[in-house]
Amino acid sequence: MRTLSRLCCCVTALLLLAACGGKADDAQLVVYTARAEHLIQPLLLRYTEETGIPIRFVTDKAGPLLARLAAEGEATQADVLITVDAGNLWQATQQDLLAPIESATLEANVPAHLRDPENRWFGLSLRARAIVYSTERVDPDQLSTYAGLADARWDNRLCLRTSKEVYNQSLVATMIASRGESAAEAIVRGWVDNLAAPPFASDTQVIEAIAAGQCDVGLVNTYYVGRLQRQQPDLPVALFWSDQGSGERGVHVNVSGAGVTRHSPRPAAARAFIEWLSAGEAQQLFASLNLEYPVNPQVELDPLVAAWGTFRADDIHLSTAGEFQAAAVRLMDRAGYH
Amino acid sequence: MATAPPFQPELHAAALAPRRLRGRGRGVSWHLVALAIATPALAVLLVIAAALLQPDAEVWAHLSAHVLPRASWNTLWLVLGVGLGVSVLGTGLAAVVALCEFPGRAFFAWALLLPLAVPAYVLATVYIGLFDYAGPFQSLLREHVPGVSAIEVRNRWGAMAVLILTLYPYVYLVVRNALASQGARLMEVARLMGHPPAQAFRRAALPLALPWIGGGTLLAMMETLADFGAVAAFNYDTLTTAIYRTWYGLFSVSGALQIAAVLLLFVLALLALEQRARSGQRFVSLGAAPVLRRRLAPRGAWIATLTCTLVWVLAFALPVGQLLLWAAREVDGLDRRYWLLAANSLQLALGAALLLPALALALSWAQRRAPTAAMSWLARLATLGYAMPGALLAVAFFAAAGLVLHGMPGLTGMLRGSIVLLLVAYTVRFLAVAATPVNGAALRLKPSVEEAARNLGVSGLRLFLKVHLPLLRGGVLTAALLVFVDVMKEMPITLMTRPFGWDTLAVRIFEFTTEGQWQRAALPALAIVAVGLLPTYWLHRGSEHATLS
Repeated sequence: MRTLSRLCCCVTALLLLAACGGKADDAQLVVYTARAEHLIQPLLLRYTEETGIPIRFVTDKAGPLLARLAAEGEATQADVLITVDAGNLWQATQQDLLAPIESATLEANVPAHLRDPENRWFGLSLRARAIVYSTERVDPDQLSTYAGLADARWDNRLCLRTSKEVYNQSLVATMIASRGESAAEAIVRGWVDNLAAPPFASDTQVIEAIAAGQCDVGLVNTYYVGRLQRQQPDLPVALFWSDQGSGERGVHVNVSGAGVTRHSPRPAAARAFIEWLSAGEAQQLFASLNLEYPVNPQVELDPLVAAWGTFRADDIHLSTAGEFQAAAVRLMDRAGYH
Repeated sequence: MATAPPFQPELHAAALAPRRLRGRGRGVSWHLVALAIATPALAVLLVIAAALLQPDAEVWAHLSAHVLPRASWNTLWLVLGVGLGVSVLGTGLAAVVALCEFPGRAFFAWALLLPLAVPAYVLATVYIGLFDYAGPFQSLLREHVPGVSAIEVRNRWGAMAVLILTLYPYVYLVVRNALASQGARLMEVARLMGHPPAQAFRRAALPLALPWIGGGTLLAMMETLADFGAVAAFNYDTLTTAIYRTWYGLFSVSGALQIAAVLLLFVLALLALEQRARSGQRFVSLGAAPVLRRRLAPRGAWIATLTCTLVWVLAFALPVGQLLLWAAREVDGLDRRYWLLAANSLQLALGAALLLPALALALSWAQRRAPTAAMSWLARLATLGYAMPGALLAVAFFAAAGLVLHGMPGLTGMLRGSIVLLLVAYTVRFLAVAATPVNGAALRLKPSVEEAARNLGVSGLRLFLKVHLPLLRGGVLTAALLVFVDVMKEMPITLMTRPFGWDTLAVRIFEFTTEGQWQRAALPALAIVAVGLLPTYWLHRGSEHATLS
């Protein structure tokens, strides 16, 4: 027993030693971000340069970050939550983790359908989900809409990313909102019937499978194509802007966005930071670091992105995507889209 | 506290079985020690169990109709397949390396451990990149063999193969140590009795190694249950992917916790089976013997060398080679920050590698001193976290820590920004990894040695330090090695629980993979392997030395 008590003493001492390493620190901004470090840190550094306000940040997936905010409650150090996907932002409002922001600047810079109706989050960059096709085997005239990919013409020619990733979930969510559940389910079942290979773990794999000839068409976020085109400019794939006809909804877009946490110790500073992100060079950098589209229509596009041409985006309110996301996941489970 | 007991004749009888508790007080204090060690795990289990009390009926109805049947079936297949695979591969390699002499043996004895340092999600991604339809392997095949059809690798068998190649070292390491110290001598006896070598192995060495094979295989199966990265890369749906889908897609944390509870039942069944298989068996050391490895005939030696080479190439050289190629393109991303990331990873891994084997030792000792059913279940429950998906465990841990620390702002303030919580969370996750080799070693402590020492008036701390610790050294070092590499690779708990500034190499991998940039993740992945190499070598030498001396 003596052995053990000594052992326990040693362990306790070790733990206490480790405990002394941390110290609480105040005068700065704290950011929780689900947007990856290399996409956000250049912006944080520039903000500190311009304003002198140091920023500390923690990265993680959106789910754990929301759980962390909820668990920390009033004791949280976080001022700003940045996350990708409107579904996650909507979920943050459902858990009452974000506070409303009164800001004329943000309301002017961010179009109404890309921000929370109660101003608890604002979109900062757009991610467009387009059809990607093989330039060797597909005539783009045969392409039209997302629903069109359920057509028997694409039997054994379609590649999709897994339904576990949020992008196809939010696409199906907006389809449920605009067409109703049974119509959306018929389309998803059609997709599943047309699959040439089991769903892939990433958009990049979908593009590579099309380039290699495993399938002919797919659905991807545009920046994945951009990344591959940077490495291999002669990749035999191209983007097609879906649903552009009259009466059709337009290309499905999702956002990366930010909000001020409900219990932020420094809400005014947090608001100023998000305002800064929504305009000028910061807004341009926010989008172009990942070859995305700025939400602020006054900001210029990255040249590579501009080369893909212009499109009309679906202007359905993005909180809808969040609201119908769980229904979309259940629908895809039923349809056997894994 | 403890004084040397007077010599008692009946001690002989008592010493044959693990020492019975003498006196109530002592048993109680040992139970308290075990309870203290198990408390964080118990708190996490309570949070999960509490989720069952508030079932999310709508989500549950959907899950049980459309998700769980398939996910459970897939999980069962995977766990059984990986269990069978690692036990055969791990035991086979361990037997060859421990009992036979062949060209390259000394190298492979160490090198076959190296796949430990390669995270399963890395191996999975590399393999899919190389062997899927668009990869170089099938592209070459299509070019040169006309009419060849697509080979689908992203399926059950692919996921199984990758997990077997990553997890076999758990079995290999513990079984090799057991066979190296014991098997050779038993083999000798069996051979003297006229059995040919293969039969001698089957009838003498293999039965002896069973508890270690079982322990290592159980670890691999628990890790398989918890794995998310590898199965997600293969898009193979298991209970763990169902948990994340329910959490992130259906936004139902309680639904996710309910699936976790199902998963835990599965683990408990496994543990009970193992317990049952093991009960009634006693294993004691035969005493140290010089190891006589059998020199294989040329043909056998070639087969041994080739097999070891093949496994090593598939599980280590190939993925590391691919990572090197990717990293070469991203080499300008290698900045000074990598030193900091590596230092953080090292500190956390070393901290856990010190702490967890110590706790496992204490737990094992408590079980030996007070071998009650309650104690045995405490020890089991304390190690359940190894089968839990990391991110969910992190959330449950966060909730549990919140409950425990609630109303203690002073302590909370002190813990915030420190790595204490992180180390406690690692304990919940990885105690099983430390406990398996330590218990395996403790199993072979000869009561007669303890008895002799006591008769010489050596007891308490001195008995432990002078007699037991040296005998347990191999097990403790193995535990430290396994914990070290596991913490180096750990991602979700570190992500959620780390304080500001405690980014690690695994966190760096996450930053890139979360945006699907696998090639850029090669650099931190290689750094993890590189940082893991030296301790792996050092601890390998230590544990080999300890088991052989």
